[in-house]
Amino acid sequence: MILPKIKVLRSHGRQYIPDLTEVTLTDEFRGRPELTATDDMSDVEAAAAMCPTAAITTAPFTLDLGRCLFCGECALRAPRNIRFTNDYRIGSASREALVVRAGDTAVDFRHDCVRTEIPRLFGHALKLRQVSAGGDASNEMELNATGNVNFDFGRYGVEFTASPRHADGVVITGPVTCNMAAALEMCYDAVPDPKIVIACGADACSGGLFAASRAVDRSFFERHRVDLWLPGAPAHPMVFIEGVMNLTGRWRRREAEK
Amino acid sequence: MARYITIDNTSPAVPLAEIPDEHYGAVYDDLADRLAQERYHMAHYFAREEGDRLRFYAILLDDSSRKIMITSFAMGYHDEGPLPSLTALRPAMHPFERDITERYGVRFDAMPWDKPLRLPFDRRDRRASVGNYPFYTIEGDSLHEVNVGPIHAGIIEPGAFRFICNGETVLHLEIALGYQHRGLERQFTAADNRLRQAVLAETAAGDTAAANATAFAEAVEKLAGHTPPEGLVRERAAALELERMAMHIADTGALSMDVGYQLGQVACEALRTMTINTTQAWCGNRFAKGLIRPFGTNKPLTAEKTDMIRRNVAEIVRRYDEVRHDIKSSPTLLARYEQCGVVPRSEMLRIGGVGMAARASGVERDIRTSHPSGIFSRQIAHESIVKRHGDVMARLMMRCREVLQSAGYIDRILASHRPDTSAPRPDYVRPLAPDALAVGLVEAWRGELCHVAVTNAAGRIADYRIKDPSIHNWLALALAVRGEGISDFPICNKSFNLSYCGHDL
Ligand code: SF4
Repeated sequence: MILPKIKVLRSHGRQYIPDLTEVTLTDEFRGRPELTATDDMSDVEAAAAMCPTAAITTAPFTLDLGRCLFCGECALRAPRNIRFTNDYRIGSASREALVVRAGDTAVDFRHDCVRTEIPRLFGHALKLRQVSAGGDASNEMELNATGNVNFDFGRYGVEFTASPRHADGVVITGPVTCNMAAALEMCYDAVPDPKIVIACGADACSGGLFAASRAVDRSFFERHRVDLWLPGAPAHPMVFIEGVMNLTGRWRRREAEK
Repeated sequence: MARYITIDNTSPAVPLAEIPDEHYGAVYDDLADRLAQERYHMAHYFAREEGDRLRFYAILLDDSSRKIMITSFAMGYHDEGPLPSLTALRPAMHPFERDITERYGVRFDAMPWDKPLRLPFDRRDRRASVGNYPFYTIEGDSLHEVNVGPIHAGIIEPGAFRFICNGETVLHLEIALGYQHRGLERQFTAADNRLRQAVLAETAAGDTAAANATAFAEAVEKLAGHTPPEGLVRERAAALELERMAMHIADTGALSMDVGYQLGQVACEALRTMTINTTQAWCGNRFAKGLIRPFGTNKPLTAEKTDMIRRNVAEIVRRYDEVRHDIKSSPTLLARYEQCGVVPRSEMLRIGGVGMAARASGVERDIRTSHPSGIFSRQIAHESIVKRHGDVMARLMMRCREVLQSAGYIDRILASHRPDTSAPRPDYVRPLAPDALAVGLVEAWRGELCHVAVTNAAGRIADYRIKDPSIHNWLALALAVRGEGISDFPICNKSFNLSYCGHDL
């Protein structure tokens, strides 16, 4: 029957985000943290001690977004020193750039670390094969959401493929479990050259909560270069979209103020 | 008869010394008898090392009296032979016995399905690996096998599915998991950091973060002999029901996609976005990570947020109900969903199915009714929705009805909610009872979650066990596709949408 469909359609209206460059997330969203050093660093020490992934160091004062789960507890423990903004521009081509220092006002994308062929080859279309290797399903659902009716990342030609043979790269979620290590390697091998690797979420970037687990095998990251590091637990769809657009040279994040 | 210590889902932790120490024979006879009755099912059954003995704990639920019954028995490594297998009599016990064999090398005599469960890193049999899982085979010229996974076509978690087909028809499906094993339970004891433990609970299954965090918080609060205040209990319930709504809507969309019903798919995608963005506007994370913490909250509801949630939920259900109506009035959709992937009630009972999948087959398993805690033991007398047909349609309609029901609960909970500016903050250092066992039992959107925390003499968590509902229901999926065309596998699979990481822990 057609009438109920018309009703659904009318209520649905237009859902897509017209301009992805203009997206601002809710103030509640925990994105890029800002750090302020104070004379008395005892709060930071307490926050560092409670941080579930040991993402905080006190001397020098840093917070590693590659480990951070954005639980926000450190900011509550050390409100003078740590504050989370809703800035989702936190991916980078460099793992080191994910380490936020006191006074930083942006995460440096490090365009200089991007291999030159990436924007040239993948600047118009990029097909990716996703491999979950111990992901908890939240990162996976967020990656699915990048292609949904709201974000519609397909408008830029970025899509996920069913076969690694059709892909230009792999997106890894999860800390890489021992039981998935071989399958991940096979999938990577099956992607034709030249190819890229994206580590999506704290688990993939650093092992996250499982960095020291004996059930995890991170040797993949010793063998293969990662082209894009995306923090989050999970990484918000906008973290992924903004990161990939910068990687492929179509957007350019403002440079970090030195 | 075995002796039990009997508690309910709001009781404080049980001192280990008060848990009866039985002989296996008595436990075996008693469980074999009780598990044959519909009113009983096993919430958890596990072993842990206790000095040089291995102690087994059985946590049995009695659905008709709201009781949780706990007993135990111990065995040495060398002084006893194989134990007679309960699975041989009650197939629902299979994941528990397989786990015990895998971790501790205990053999169960006449165990009919003696196979790896999740291939943990600390497994006894180092020769077993994901590469040599002993799949069931059938010989025959007209049969062929289809292997899927561990990596699947979509963006989902890994698992290996082996179909034995006769032409297009599935004779048998075997599901081999373990690829997602992160050693999560062992991480709970790696550091005595309560925040870290809470965050670990959230990631046990990231699509069930609110429910897992609630089960953890309840277990820890029981260990501290603490009853959470009314306002906190309400907020947790609202988060839990929002999570149920979000996932049921997501699955409605997935089931729409797989039959080419694009309108339903995009409508549900948008509605799921609205739901999880509501959660995000409340707590900063679309999956409610960071929202539920032991003893308090960092994200107390303000009056504005309460209104925002009520408004959004009302709009979401209005639109979602239009989708439901459209599905029910579209014969082409009904033709795909109805009588597809049937799991009859008798089978569901035999395999110990739980949650919405069990209720779709007429088995009323619902912690909110049978073992209520939190808001369901105080303000809301939950009535489970139960369907009879056990097909994809029943599981889909179950979701539709539960979304409406959850929305109603959220509205009721928040209507009477007075934002409390003095809401307690989380407490990560409160001492826990030493040598005690606490159970966190929560009806998550998939079904019952059971967290068990055991403390040592110093009051530290010495063992933490999580049972995800998926551990029972994967077998239901395997049964559902028997006799179906293999092309119906995707909708059967999505009608369950089970957790891989929750299974593999
Ligand atoms: S927000 Fe990140 S850095 Fe802060 S405590 Fe949580 S995980 Fe650690």
